[in-house]
Amino acid sequence: MKRIIESIQNFSHELVTSIGDFFYNTLIIETGKIGVFFIDSVSWWFKKPYRWKEVITHMEFVGNKSMIIIMLTGAFTGLVFTFQAWVGLSIVNAENLIGPTVGLGITRELGPVLTGLIIAARAGGAMAARLGTMRVTEQIDALEVMGVDAKNYLVAPRILASVISTPLLTAVFDFVALGGGYFLNTYVLHLDPAVFLDKTRFFVDPSDINEGLIKSAVFGLFFATICTYRGYNTKGGAKGVGDATNQGVVASMVSIIIIDYFLTKIIGMFKGYGI
Amino acid sequence: MKSDPNLHDGSAKEYAVVVDQLRKSFDSKEEVLKGIDLKILKGKITFLIGFSGTGKSVLLKHLLGVHKPTSGEVEVLGHKLSKMSQKELIEVRKKFGVLFQAAALFDDHTVLENVLFPLNEHRQDLSQQQRIEIATARLTQVGLDKKHFQKLPSEISGGMQKRVGLARAIALNPEIIIYDEPTTGLDPIITEMVDNLIIETHQHQEGVTSIVVSHDLTAAFRLADYIAMLDAGTVLLYGTPDEFLASEHELVRKFVDKGIHRK
Repeated sequence: MKRIIESIQNFSHELVTSIGDFFYNTLIIETGKIGVFFIDSVSWWFKKPYRWKEVITHMEFVGNKSMIIIMLTGAFTGLVFTFQAWVGLSIVNAENLIGPTVGLGITRELGPVLTGLIIAARAGGAMAARLGTMRVTEQIDALEVMGVDAKNYLVAPRILASVISTPLLTAVFDFVALGGGYFLNTYVLHLDPAVFLDKTRFFVDPSDINEGLIKSAVFGLFFATICTYRGYNTKGGAKGVGDATNQGVVASMVSIIIIDYFLTKIIGMFKGYGI
Repeated sequence: MKSDPNLHDGSAKEYAVVVDQLRKSFDSKEEVLKGIDLKILKGKITFLIGFSGTGKSVLLKHLLGVHKPTSGEVEVLGHKLSKMSQKELIEVRKKFGVLFQAAALFDDHTVLENVLFPLNEHRQDLSQQQRIEIATARLTQVGLDKKHFQKLPSEISGGMQKRVGLARAIALNPEIIIYDEPTTGLDPIITEMVDNLIIETHQHQEGVTSIVVSHDLTAAFRLADYIAMLDAGTVLLYGTPDEFLASEHELVRKFVDKGIHRK
């Protein structure tokens, strides 16, 4: 009996210690370090030398090369969301609201969040891996000793490219997803396309689209900062690069979901539907 | 043991690097550098040698201003690094050329683009054509054939990568060239090639100071004007190769004997 009590005490002690350690090291210390890294890096947006060529190159990677996957995901998200909306709304004979339901859901939430998650996995993972490899092969050291600030050359352009590209991709996602919804509504469910378009136009305000675009810009800022931070601070060899990539992608995805809630709340306060 | 007093006779202008009582510890743990005193003469080849884990790489990163000392001072070409801002450090680093152990070439840049990189960054006063001419001249100087210029680093051999790394290091006509374990892990033929490159580059770049971090005693005795041996975060012996060979210090003898025996 005494041994069981001791085991429970030990377990409780370890549990509390590890939770405390997680909150202290991961949430407070790491967040502080990422904050300093972010300020150091983003300050280069406003200082010479400007790296426009690098920004364009990374926009091509983050934006252009993600187009197919975004269109594919957007189309099927639109299809499945429209189908589920039809299942729910048809119960109360409100099929005429499929358009606005899909429109608001896609533009405000699904568009920015899914785009953010996909791009964080694809481009964010690549950023962490690239910078991690550059770190362990001394390429970042080489840059520094050549008198080039690595944050100016490697990090700041990637963050800016992500902030610009993610809303553009979200706009593509929204457009394709709504197209998918229109297709399912019209050609599979055989509902009136004019009602779909008319109700969508009536209920979906440009500010709803803007809300999604603003959110996605913030998601771009977060995933690019987290992933470049992980890559930039990689330690060790191939394992270190793998760990940095994994941690960068996971932290970015979790952050996007958490930030989405707070952004929705903040934007809601401005738009008058605060929760 | 402190640095060879013979080397302290000259004026400060004679030294490329002056390290004064340099101490460094990471995260308040044990000190890696425990009061390094070292004065490296301009225009000479100085080897930093020592067993693994004696602080050579940490010292090197202090010379480059990558690490900040816990205490003490590093002075490079008359500039005290610990008092400099990041911007000022960047200016000082332009006077360095560094050949890294694994060359550290940018793997998404071609050979020519790698050598052009520092020129594009710091010689905007020149036309693109002039920069290409300088990069081509540097690559030719280190013996790289033109047919390799448009290849990626992954498409050329380790020896060629070293040549490209050296061409990049000397692209801006640096006043100090640092070689970080340039022959570690290379076969004897490539090792000799790299050794020859070091001496040829030193002779070709007028007035340049060469600092070589190495385990390779054969190269040290063949190339060095001065050798500094580090042990446990201090300078154990600093002198000419002949003084090294004549030293009766137990650790120096052990290092020299093992090094010679291994060859």
